[in-house]
Amino acid sequence: MIAPHGGKLVERLDFSDRAREEAMELPRLSITLDEARDLGNIAHGVFSPLEGYMAREDFEDVLEEGRLANDLPWTIPIVKDVDEKDVEMLLREDEVSLFYGDMPIATLKVEEIYPYDRKEYAQRVFGTTSIEHPGVANLMNKKEHLVGGKITLVNDAPTDFPQYKLWPKETRVLFKEKGWKSVVGFQTRNAPHIGHEYVQKTALTFVDGLFINPLIGKKKRGDFKDEVIIAAYETLFKHYYPKNSATLGILETEMRYAGPREAIFHAIMRKNFGCTHFIVGRDHAGVGNFYGPYEAQEIFYDYPDLGITPLFFRSFFYCKKCGTVVNEKICPHGPEYHVNFSGTKIREMLIKGEKPPEIMMRPEVAEVILQFENPFVE
Amino acid sequence: MDEENEKNYETVRIPVTLYKKINERIKGTGFTSVSSYVTYVLREIIAEDEEEEEKFSEEDEERVKERLRALGYLE
Repeated sequence: MIAPHGGKLVERLDFSDRAREEAMELPRLSITLDEARDLGNIAHGVFSPLEGYMAREDFEDVLEEGRLANDLPWTIPIVKDVDEKDVEMLLREDEVSLFYGDMPIATLKVEEIYPYDRKEYAQRVFGTTSIEHPGVANLMNKKEHLVGGKITLVNDAPTDFPQYKLWPKETRVLFKEKGWKSVVGFQTRNAPHIGHEYVQKTALTFVDGLFINPLIGKKKRGDFKDEVIIAAYETLFKHYYPKNSATLGILETEMRYAGPREAIFHAIMRKNFGCTHFIVGRDHAGVGNFYGPYEAQEIFYDYPDLGITPLFFRSFFYCKKCGTVVNEKICPHGPEYHVNFSGTKIREMLIKGEKPPEIMMRPEVAEVILQFENPFVE
Repeated sequence: MDEENEKNYETVRIPVTLYKKINERIKGTGFTSVSSYVTYVLREIIAEDEEEEEKFSEEDEERVKERLRALGYLE
């Protein structure tokens, strides 16, 4: 089994009554649902080797080098923003509780409080400071200080999909039980069209198992709603996927839309789940025209020590002349024969209540999506 | 390399002949300096030595399997 990132799967859990009672007594910081879920990701090892929110040294090295202070690849800051009032309280306390509503999710040992430059953060991580970029817009609303320190989870955040919620320890046991020595991870924030299916099945041809791992959490307007993605994949699995070599489990964290840097982050998380390979397609984790179409593949050449093998794919399309789904590497025919699996086109058809043609989307999948009154984030 | 970044780097001595060989080798590649090439190769080698994970305890593993069965992932 592949080693987790940094060599050890982090586990920072204490679900005892005593820990929960103590958490109720500590001074409180409020967190959002996405933050509560990311605390789970830290504590259950999805973000291994992180044991909490980044202190300044790690944060700065992630921005400058795309690595933690110990040189381990890491590209996205995992931080907690706080305002002046919080800072006053944090300066007095060694330990605080992180509350989602009335529920203590974790305790935080306060290690360091530090200011940061949001514009520099944006430029380094997103490659832009434009607030047209959803990740930058989100960042610009963050508070002006960060607090770093180790956390201990006392409650799991609520989830809408408990039946698909797997932690790295569970996927690692699952892959072992299934006898999968090599596993390819697939990140998605979309309901599947035929192009996705071809990428996944092509990759599966070369490894023992396929782990489809949709990202559930805050997304931008126009993206598929989480429940639609899950329902669509359930249908695809039922009709078109081999049970003994493919499985589905969710990952609850927000999309950052950080393109190349997020591709590395996505790969690290899948390594922690036990995947040996990771699919990187065209414009992975990109948005608008902020990144070049294959920038998210090129960045992997800067990380020979990532420890998971990326599988790079060009876009698949249907070729009328070939009579099948192909990509530019294997199809000799001109663009006049090609039908692209345009997400925008498929979305437009679904909004109008139309079923996309079978060469673009499985009819069973389209039917399931059309059962939702509005399948897209508003 | 700017001053701000310099704190993250150390100088390592390598034979001049090796330096020249590497300098020739990186021509026309994406590597911009001998340093970036050497860093790349060393990181690749170091990563191969990444520790193997300790195994889960039997009790732990059984608990996980039970949950996986309850969820329908295992029969």
